[in-house]
Amino acid sequence: MRNGARRRGARIVAVLALASLTVTAAAYSSGSKQSAGTIKVGILHSLSGTMAISEVSVKDAELLAISEINAKGGVLGKKLVPVIEDGASDWPTFAEKAQKLISVDKVATVFGGWTSASRKAMLPVFEKNKALLWYPVQYEGLEASPYIFYSGATTNQQIIPGLDYLKAKGLKKVFLVGSDYVFPRTANKEIKAYAKANGITIVGEEYTPLGATEYGTLINKLKAAKPQAVFNTLNGDSNVAFFKQLRSVGITPKQMPVVSVSVAEEEVRGIGTANIAGHLTAWNYYQTTKNPANKKFVAAYKAKYGKSRVTDDPIEAGYTQVYLWAAAVKKAGTTNVEAVKKAAGGITFMAPEGKVTIDGSNHHLYKTARIGVILKSGLIKEVWNSGHPIKPDPFLKGYAWAKGLS
Amino acid sequence: MAILLSQLFTGLSVGSILLLIALGLTFTFGQMNVINMAHGEFIMAGAYTSYVLQNTMGESLAGPSLLASLVVAFVVAGTMGLILEVVLIRHLYGRPLDTLLVTWGVSLMLQQVARDIFGAPNVQTTAPAWLDGGVDIRGVTLPYARLFIMAVVVVAVVGIWVFLNRSSQGRRMRAVMQNRELAGSSGIRTRAVDRRTFFIGSGLAGVAGVAVTLLGSVGPTLGTNYIVDAFLVVIVGGLGQLRGAILAAFSLGALNAFVEYYSHASAAKVVVFVAIVAFLQIRPQGMFVLRTRSLT
Repeated sequence: MRNGARRRGARIVAVLALASLTVTAAAYSSGSKQSAGTIKVGILHSLSGTMAISEVSVKDAELLAISEINAKGGVLGKKLVPVIEDGASDWPTFAEKAQKLISVDKVATVFGGWTSASRKAMLPVFEKNKALLWYPVQYEGLEASPYIFYSGATTNQQIIPGLDYLKAKGLKKVFLVGSDYVFPRTANKEIKAYAKANGITIVGEEYTPLGATEYGTLINKLKAAKPQAVFNTLNGDSNVAFFKQLRSVGITPKQMPVVSVSVAEEEVRGIGTANIAGHLTAWNYYQTTKNPANKKFVAAYKAKYGKSRVTDDPIEAGYTQVYLWAAAVKKAGTTNVEAVKKAAGGITFMAPEGKVTIDGSNHHLYKTARIGVILKSGLIKEVWNSGHPIKPDPFLKGYAWAKGLS
Repeated sequence: MAILLSQLFTGLSVGSILLLIALGLTFTFGQMNVINMAHGEFIMAGAYTSYVLQNTMGESLAGPSLLASLVVAFVVAGTMGLILEVVLIRHLYGRPLDTLLVTWGVSLMLQQVARDIFGAPNVQTTAPAWLDGGVDIRGVTLPYARLFIMAVVVVAVVGIWVFLNRSSQGRRMRAVMQNRELAGSSGIRTRAVDRRTFFIGSGLAGVAGVAVTLLGSVGPTLGTNYIVDAFLVVIVGGLGQLRGAILAAFSLGALNAFVEYYSHASAAKVVVFVAIVAFLQIRPQGMFVLRTRSLT
């Protein structure tokens, strides 16, 4: 009797185990099969948490590009199907979700990330799995993974032109303000090396924790140091507090212009145009950039997501990188990662920011640098551009002063 | 000298903001011992109230809408707190760990609700014209926005003091906090007092939310920036002690301002936390202690 019960128990366990195996196998096979006529692509941004403020719009732009490509018949005759995951502003979550997109959803490529911390968390996942990531945001440089394409600017296409602009304007006493994490600290290391070689004095360097909202002390330090300009690498909400409090003590852009590299049209709306109008930004694209591709892009983006929405540099880069990947797949004739990587080098696209070309040697783009002044309307007016797309130089090999940085 | 004075002012200002965000907690955490992790989201609700009011009344009425939102935010946040108390927290009295987890969950839900209603990007309110700029005293600029926040804090503190010490409601509240059984047996309806205390504590968070919109932006995660600081102020000051909270807020504000000036913002945060830990080693009960004759 007892024996029989035990045997029955064993049988039940065996059946259960078998059942669960079948279920898993079924899930796997349905995941791995690109059902005929579609290609799955991953989209991995923070849709919740502190970075959602910036990343949700980039996700929207990527979806816009996907739907435009699908409307024209897709890629290789197949429609693109986006699989959207939320990185939740948490770097380990980005790595986990990337792994999930690669091994469970079997996506052909992933578009995603914003902060350097999220990219650094995802990098080993993509390299280990030999999968592709397209990363749409300007960053601190000094990186070139064979499995990442960088569609935002590297330092020599944004920060260095920004410094060149200050130098040309004769503003030679500069104060550095940044959030306390990898991007501002690395960027400022490069800025200090540049300053040393170019006769610019750095009169102060301050970092505040991400999310900081109290700038009273920092502004007192600014006033004591009397710089001619401020170079701002603050990220996220802190910018709002910084600019509001800067204005409330009566510091105007005329006395002390602030050049920001992480404040675009989207962030200007949150900061309040009255607080920031007249200050400068360095990017590769503004909503006001004049060319037919941008006119079409801005109209399509507003038609899909609402008239009050604005476009900006990372949004444009998100949109452009989907087209670049699609062009590489068309050229390669397959979604195979190695073939796409090989095909990508040299691909040119008339993006809303102007002509961009993929540099096959380091997976960055040739991009035109643009300095803009923020207007009362919240848009940004270009006051200077580099005239031609600048060759990406993530390790700053072409600059003698950058020796020893890494 | 000018720098010293303006740092002193910054310290006072930081202290006044700390005090304002901690005032509500001196009620819910300090007096009722409820660890309400959603307190930060009541601050956020107050900030969004200010934003909604300004949008409905128009930017030209920024002044009146700011003053009105101080009152409306108190009611909005207070009502949210009341609902939370009635629906969840009253079942969890005496179970601090469960309360912590449940209210943490509520806080995440409220953040997502805000994101769904107002969108993920931060929004901003325009300060009325009379809060633009500042007054210059011996080379030190005192921004009107910061002076206004200090004024709000003074009014709130005086109001609370009068309420607790001069009104019968306040006396009942203190009686319940000091000795629940005795107060109950003297005929005070302790449940009603609990609800009222929670309403006021949460409402004050709403007022703080309106004030911080003058300094920063309004976003779904606004509250999380402040919640830890608010708890620290209450703990350092001593649970349930108004004067403790006042002293703690201004000490921490001044300490933060001066350490930051002579080092860096990140370093200042570390130094302040270390100072708090060290202080609590010496005086775990905080600056002031509530003396009662109860046995617990």
